[in-house]
Amino acid sequence: MPLYHDDDQAMLADTARQFMAEEGSIAKQLRHWRDRDCKDGFGHGLWEQFAEMGFTGMLVGEDDGGLGMGHVEAGIVLEEIGRNLTPSPFLSSSVLAATALAGGDKAAREKWLPGLISGEHVYTVAIDEGAKHRPQRIAARAEKSGNGFKLSGKKDFVIHGASADMMIVAARTSGDDDDEDGITLFAVPKDAANMSHDSVRLVDSSMATHTIFDGVELDGDAVIGDVDGGRALLDRMLDAGRLGAAAEGVGVAGGAMDMTVDYLKQRKQFGKVIGEFQALQHRAAHLYSEVEIARAAVIKAQQLMDAGSEKASLMASVAKAKVSKTAGLAVREGVQMHGGIGMTDEYDIGLYMKRDRALAEFLGDANYHADRVASLSGY
Amino acid sequence: MADLETFRSETRDWLEANCPPEMRAPVRDERDVYWGGRNASFKNDAQKAWFEACRDKGYTVPAWPKEYGGAGLSPAEAKVLREEMGAIGARPPLSSFGIWMLGPALLKFGTEEQKVHYLGQIARGEIRWCQGYSEPGSGSDLVSLQTFGEDAGDHWVVNGQKVWTSYADQADWIFCLVRTDKSDKYQGITFMLFDMESDGISTKPILLISGNSPFCETFFDDVKVPKGQFVGEVNRGWDVAKYLLGHEREMISGADGGDRTSAIGAAMARHSNEHAGELDPLLRAELAMFDVDALAYACMGEKFLDEIKVGKAHPAQPNTMKYAGTELNKRRHELMMATGGSRSLEWDSKDTDGGTPARSWLRTKANSIEGGTSEIMLNVISKRILELPGA
Repeated sequence: MPLYHDDDQAMLADTARQFMAEEGSIAKQLRHWRDRDCKDGFGHGLWEQFAEMGFTGMLVGEDDGGLGMGHVEAGIVLEEIGRNLTPSPFLSSSVLAATALAGGDKAAREKWLPGLISGEHVYTVAIDEGAKHRPQRIAARAEKSGNGFKLSGKKDFVIHGASADMMIVAARTSGDDDDEDGITLFAVPKDAANMSHDSVRLVDSSMATHTIFDGVELDGDAVIGDVDGGRALLDRMLDAGRLGAAAEGVGVAGGAMDMTVDYLKQRKQFGKVIGEFQALQHRAAHLYSEVEIARAAVIKAQQLMDAGSEKASLMASVAKAKVSKTAGLAVREGVQMHGGIGMTDEYDIGLYMKRDRALAEFLGDANYHADRVASLSGY
Repeated sequence: MADLETFRSETRDWLEANCPPEMRAPVRDERDVYWGGRNASFKNDAQKAWFEACRDKGYTVPAWPKEYGGAGLSPAEAKVLREEMGAIGARPPLSSFGIWMLGPALLKFGTEEQKVHYLGQIARGEIRWCQGYSEPGSGSDLVSLQTFGEDAGDHWVVNGQKVWTSYADQADWIFCLVRTDKSDKYQGITFMLFDMESDGISTKPILLISGNSPFCETFFDDVKVPKGQFVGEVNRGWDVAKYLLGHEREMISGADGGDRTSAIGAAMARHSNEHAGELDPLLRAELAMFDVDALAYACMGEKFLDEIKVGKAHPAQPNTMKYAGTELNKRRHELMMATGGSRSLEWDSKDTDGGTPARSWLRTKANSIEGGTSEIMLNVISKRILELPGA
């Protein structure tokens, strides 16, 4: 498969780009909700529009009422989300939760997917149990209890944790904390008893929770996939999310770079447009080169994932690591080249820096993924 | 598609029958390369057999038309051949600046007569070419070149000096940029072809830090070049040179599908464990980050080739490939030196095959200088792609 968008994908990209630039713009969404101290961190009106556009159920199979598209298509939407810093539950609900639910039985899919597709409900996932992404270690436990389970433990960095109607929780049903096996994924509804959220606003104005499960009672049908055998599904969900974060990161990097290159063409110092200075030209050209490389890694990984290739995990980590490094460079160069104005809240470039920082950390930073590349390559 | 599958199985059979086992091993360095030419000699019978089989089939230049010595393969067929040769690790039968550089320029700018004559010679490996571009004062600022061809009726009289002329001491002919009009910097250069045995030409190898000397200084002292031996138009040689530089940059960047950007961490770790002890955790981290960059870069190479096929690639994108690819290759060799430890310092030992790690490491430092420096690449990217204003 060639590494560029086919005609249908190019059309989707045009649509998504126009929609997000108009409806998901920084002024209309990120700043608007931030300045009102919005508790959800995103606008539900926009989310309804996402559903009308058909974005919400892109990754849901046609048999389940979705569009049955792939990660290339979801990535197209995510890149525009990144470019406009559009706050939305797309990554957590339509990518992560949708991928996990795809591995659930028919009853679970019928129960949860219609709300996801219609946009009426938003879902999220609860994975990390500390300040760094470390999904190989899971201590949260679900003990057998009657026909169901009793869930106890703590999850951190749960994006949209307080506003989600359901969260998919990775918990241990057997074995030790560091064991490969013994993991089960559970769908925990918003109104479950004995669950509490400590809600925090993050640097990029998004909302996350520290969530505590203190003997949350769950029915047997809360299980997504297999009891004790959830690791593979968890990995698949995480890889989908990492790729999604990488696609969004390419948008963040591209947005920051475009803004910076435009600025280099306008800002004058010493009687010259600063873009005439070779010191800045070379840094901008280096950045462009890195963004191109990152973009190629992302589309390659998306295609491998859609094709069900065994190399998809490795390339998902390559993509996430490369994008984290590249978007980091883009926002640092962006703020620096803007000079003093880049430090002001009024100017958007700083918002790119904040979003990049949160996205880089989400589901594993560049170091985590480089380490995973080494492990998967056998060293 | 069915035809392509037939072609693939025929190609597989042909390679099985014609590619000797000795020619299915990676090229260690220039000692394993066959360059052709008037004074060529084969290293062994296998090299000779493999070259001759490919020559007779048109596989030294598979995508060139048959009338010019090629096999006339379509791009899809050429790709199949590349893949099948790659699958058995077949060495290129013939390495040649004629194939990589002069050939593409002649295909675009040459007359029919020139194509039949010169391309055929190149395809059959009869003439070994060298490239006369750079001069002592004209490196990155190539267009400032001074070598001058004075009009003497039916011929030019060429005087001047070239430098970094790869293998000039072993080449039969040279393709050369010569100033023929001093009044116009760009439109005063002619792209000439002439015999290195002409009177008045002398060459001198330049010893490099790697201990080798593929490069030469080349001197022209009243060299007579017949008026017919130019490509394109007189005084419009810069058009040819620019076109050719684009090719050269693609080639150096490895966009032709070379494997030098593949993941190296696993092999390096093994190497280190065998020779230098357990891999240092910080070195492992560096290798891992290199693999991330190298695998991502390989994706850009694949994307670039896909985009070229359908005309989607930005015309200046070879500069991005060249810049990123050569910087990456230098880093790769730094890491190979580090994982090899003191063993990689050995300059003349049997274990290191005559100091290959160190010599290769030093050689790669030229990657970001030859064919346009990294700084020139960044200039081109910033002006032609990002459209930043010219100084």
